[in-house]
Amino acid sequence: MGSADPPEPVEALAAGVRAGSRAAVARALNLVEDRRAQSRPRIAELLRALGGGKPDGHRVGFTGPPGVGKSTLVSALGGELRRRGSTVGVLAVDPSSKRSGGALLGDRVRIETRPEDEGLFVRSLATAGELGGLARAAPASVLVLAAAFDRVLVETVGVGQSETDVEYVVDTVVFVVQPGSGDALQFLKAGIMEVPDVLVVTKADLGRVAQRAMADLQAAVRALGSRETPVVAVSCVAPPQGIEALVDALECHRAGLDLTARRLASRRRHALADFATEHGERGVRALGGRRAAERWLGEQAPGLDVPALVQGLQEQATEG
Amino acid sequence: MIERAVPERPWIMRTYSGHSSAQASNSLYRANLAKGQTGLSIAFDLPTQLGYDPDHRLARGEVGKVGVPVSHLGDMRALMDGIPLETMNTSMTINATAPWLFALYIALAEERGVGARALQGTTQNDIVKEYLSRGTYIFPPAQSLKLTSDTIVYAVRNVPSWNPINFCSYHLQEAGATPVQEIAYTLGTCIAVLDAVRAAGKIEDMTATFGRLSFFVNAGMRFVEEVCKLRAFALLWERLGRDRYGVTDPKALRFRYGVQVNSLGLTAAQPENNVYRILLETLGVTLSKDVRARAVQLPAWNEALGLPRPWDQQWSLRCQQVLAYETDLLEYDDIFEGSRVVAEKTRSIAGAAWGEVEQVERLGGAVACVQSGYIKERLVESNALRISQIEQGTRKVVGVNCYTETAPSPLLASPDGGAGAILTVDPAAEAAQVDAVRAWRKKRDEGAVRRTLDALRAGVGRGENVMPLSIAAAKAGVTTGEWGAALRDVLGEFRAPTGVGGATIGRDESIEPVRAKVRALGERLGRNVKLLIGKPGLDGHSNGAEQIALRARDAGFEVVYQGIRVTPAQLAQSAVEEGVHLVGLSVLSGSHNDLVPEVLDALRKAGVTNVPVVVGGIIPEADARALEARGVARVYTPKDFALGSIMDDLAELVMRAHGLS
Ligand SMILES: Nc1nc2c(ncn2[C@@H]2O[C@H](COP(=O)(O)OP(=O)(O)OP(=O)(O)O)[C@@H](O)[C@H]2O)c(=O)[nH]1
Ligand SMILES: [Mg+2]
Repeated sequence: MGSADPPEPVEALAAGVRAGSRAAVARALNLVEDRRAQSRPRIAELLRALGGGKPDGHRVGFTGPPGVGKSTLVSALGGELRRRGSTVGVLAVDPSSKRSGGALLGDRVRIETRPEDEGLFVRSLATAGELGGLARAAPASVLVLAAAFDRVLVETVGVGQSETDVEYVVDTVVFVVQPGSGDALQFLKAGIMEVPDVLVVTKADLGRVAQRAMADLQAAVRALGSRETPVVAVSCVAPPQGIEALVDALECHRAGLDLTARRLASRRRHALADFATEHGERGVRALGGRRAAERWLGEQAPGLDVPALVQGLQEQATEG
Repeated sequence: MIERAVPERPWIMRTYSGHSSAQASNSLYRANLAKGQTGLSIAFDLPTQLGYDPDHRLARGEVGKVGVPVSHLGDMRALMDGIPLETMNTSMTINATAPWLFALYIALAEERGVGARALQGTTQNDIVKEYLSRGTYIFPPAQSLKLTSDTIVYAVRNVPSWNPINFCSYHLQEAGATPVQEIAYTLGTCIAVLDAVRAAGKIEDMTATFGRLSFFVNAGMRFVEEVCKLRAFALLWERLGRDRYGVTDPKALRFRYGVQVNSLGLTAAQPENNVYRILLETLGVTLSKDVRARAVQLPAWNEALGLPRPWDQQWSLRCQQVLAYETDLLEYDDIFEGSRVVAEKTRSIAGAAWGEVEQVERLGGAVACVQSGYIKERLVESNALRISQIEQGTRKVVGVNCYTETAPSPLLASPDGGAGAILTVDPAAEAAQVDAVRAWRKKRDEGAVRRTLDALRAGVGRGENVMPLSIAAAKAGVTTGEWGAALRDVLGEFRAPTGVGGATIGRDESIEPVRAKVRALGERLGRNVKLLIGKPGLDGHSNGAEQIALRARDAGFEVVYQGIRVTPAQLAQSAVEEGVHLVGLSVLSGSHNDLVPEVLDALRKAGVTNVPVVVGGIIPEADARALEARGVARVYTPKDFALGSIMDDLAELVMRAHGLS
């Protein structure tokens, strides 16, 4: 990988990614993280070559307050999915320090991998100052992982709407809480947080508090009118519990989704959110308001990716 | 009365030691006892501390390094050969596998017809500080605490002169704790353990239990403050016993402790100065009669350079003997009685410490605070502060950040011009242990082994006391690795929070130029500079690696912190998957010559090229050169205390690797 070497042909790299090769996936992730203008065409070419990832794959986001047990849970799920024969790619996103620009990427240490098993891959990513709890490179990284592995698990820290951009890049959003902290309940009730697709209460080994947390959440979800939202209690300490039930709940949610439609809708919402972050309410008004923007997005070709859609919105705004 | 008619009996004098094999350690112990040492302090090697046999994959390079391997009853026999168990006072630095080593010791006593009731000594057995500092834990906290309380309940009933636990403030100080934190978090552990013991043993009267509890403390250079710390400790311990556990017998409430004076603060630069440091630190734990140590073990002057030789350890033992036998220290009552200064300082430490004890209780107790990372984060912060004070010179360390000019030291000139003033463990020792444990397994009654292991698994699963089950297994010839594997099956394994994520460090302007360099480098590379930091091998002393990780983040690097006990193959896998620009390894156990080349090979095999590898640890000069010849880009030793310049160095290495300098 010396800097003097000629760049690897993108087609070969994409083939390596599709074959699930550890080294190729890592190189592809290095590429999509590359911020230099000179790398943009190669990144675009790679993403085109990878298509939208495995069409029958499943991307699941795990979000929740710090320290509730997200990484431990992702580790347990990774193990269970491997046992069921799926390959798994994990993207663990951690915040960067505002002051130094550096980051401590501490999720990997909690996620069990085996050197001899290339079917479970973990990559850590720093947010590098991006708003919304997601790194700039996260959407493209998810696409790389989704082209290589059957299941993609994305971990981000966050509570409440402003921090859950993860929903744009995954098919299923899991909100993870631990017993004894009423945060999630408050956020749900106050409407700060949208009802996620699946709710998980970790540390079920703590007993009664865990059961109470689960009952409270179930009541809140029912009160908000989303009867279907599963609430699963899990424990990751021996003997583990609830992991299989959670995998089942995830598979069930996925089976109920029109993946193509959901991903298309996510891309469009993501594009609008990105546009709004960059240009503010003034920009949105220039589009004729949110409704009009959504309508315009709805008319675009389904194959367009997020950057292309943002570009289109920008052109709309300057024309309109 | 001021002067005592008869001088007080001195404390028990020990030397923390053990290496290579049970036989070699036995002759070392006998030699030490002949020199006037009055107790034993057994250092076990890392595989023994973590429940692995010498032929386990993870034991490679670690057998007999930081202590003696004890794999079965035969090893325990050899270790204590010719040493009378009924009169010896034996301290074992053993934690996760404490019930097992205690069981081997009891089994040996019964075999010799001594009987458990006669045994005196200590099992360290404080698992909470393993999660916080020392790293040799195996099982999750709740499960570990159950084993701890089993041992205590068993000892109080059946081995009444044994100290089944040494609550360790020692390692908290090593991890950075201030005196206040040292007391507070240790007492937090006491509460967690004692509540568990009271519940598990259904004990109504805690007097007998309290009388068997002791502490293992650390003593640093600020010895006036240390005296006050110990007085505050004693005060709060008594209060805890009275108020929370209803103990009233003053004898049971007495604060009893053993000590090893601070070895982390010993310097590699001008190491002869450490002799003064050791003596002054010893004063802190001996001057005040009311809180005088019951047992003292001293590090050696050259601890920061490598493994001390028998002569180095003898020099430290002589320090104790000169103090106890030549001075008039033991002829007086407490010489601080009535000192306003000492009383005031003691009160202030005790007040602050109790406040923090209450804070830990509010947050759910010590175990919850280990799990949440609260305590670890506070320790990492304090340590970061201490290190930056040394770096900036506001905390003086003679020979390190001031008065650094020196004539060449004759103590360091070795006559052979080779390895220098340290001990090297014979690399053949490991192979011999591997053969020995295999031979042992061939000679035993397999039926008895299987039966006792099944009983152990089933019994522990049902929540029975682990001690009788372990003693039966010890007698049947079960090995340390088999015991460990059986319990891992039933109890599961654990990884403790690293504390580096949540710790915050103070603003430090001097890092700004490095930050700018790292930022610019990131722009040129296209993405931020990413480091992988981890500790291969079994050693769990992660304080150094944590500080490097923390400072690296502060310098603007993205740091994948992989923590302790990672295999070379895992490190290689992480380096590939994470796309890092540099790999940093920390090895303190002396097994760098085995582990580091293995990591280099694993990286090469995984196709990782152009990624510089740096190593930090207690690495003798000659070994450092050899590692560099093998392809290590840089070796850092305790001499490189300025983390800021290490950060600059790391950036330079990455630049050079990418042809950008
Ligand atoms: N008792 C118990 N503890 C758990 C469980 N799962 C995780 N933990 C502990 O909770 C702590 C935090 O776990 P992580 O998996 O690092 O949590 P996280 O949400 O990924 O944390 P961040 O990435 O820092 O936000 C660790 O000490 C775990 O050991 C569980 O099921 N039971
Ligand atoms: Mg995490």
